[in-house]
Amino acid sequence: MANESSVSAAPATRSWGAAVALAWIVPGGGHFLLKRYGRGGLVLLSVALMFLLGLMMRGAMFHPQTGDLLTVIIYYGGFLADLANGFLYLLSVWLGYAQPDVAGHVHDYGTKFLVAAGLLNVLAMVDVWEIATGKKD
Amino acid sequence: MPKLSVTHFEAAVLFALFSSVVLGVVTKKNDRDRLRYGLRCFAYFIVALFSIGWLMYLGHG
Repeated sequence: MANESSVSAAPATRSWGAAVALAWIVPGGGHFLLKRYGRGGLVLLSVALMFLLGLMMRGAMFHPQTGDLLTVIIYYGGFLADLANGFLYLLSVWLGYAQPDVAGHVHDYGTKFLVAAGLLNVLAMVDVWEIATGKKD
Repeated sequence: MPKLSVTHFEAAVLFALFSSVVLGVVTKKNDRDRLRYGLRCFAYFIVALFSIGWLMYLGHG
């Protein structure tokens, strides 16, 4: 006998699209929209602080570059991860932040902090999607 | 904006802290499990930090 509960229509995009989009633009914003205030606050605090520390360490932003495969993966991947910071990235670029990639462990950590903050926000966006589609409480 | 200068250790601990918070928040299904998972992730980060640090120190000669 077929299990009817396992056959369910995929949730409409509009039911989770706004929450996921807000989660990208404002880290933690999707959780706030779904009334998960505590978790949203922790995501906002972590991502924003990590991004801010990355800027204070004068980390470099990635820009898409073509070349060999490894170059494409690193620079496009880094750019997408930076972009995943949402308004934090857009605002800093709009305000003219353009740190060149220079040698030094502090700059290097700064670059990694900027990328990691974006990747953590991607995890938060996936969490928002799971909550909005009912896969998670 | 002020310029921040940190050691390898300080930067790695900060990285571990923020990553553990988000991993805890997004991974588990109740607050108790989230807290435990976040703390466990942070502990793993710190253990890996010291282990790899010692390995590099000893391997350097």
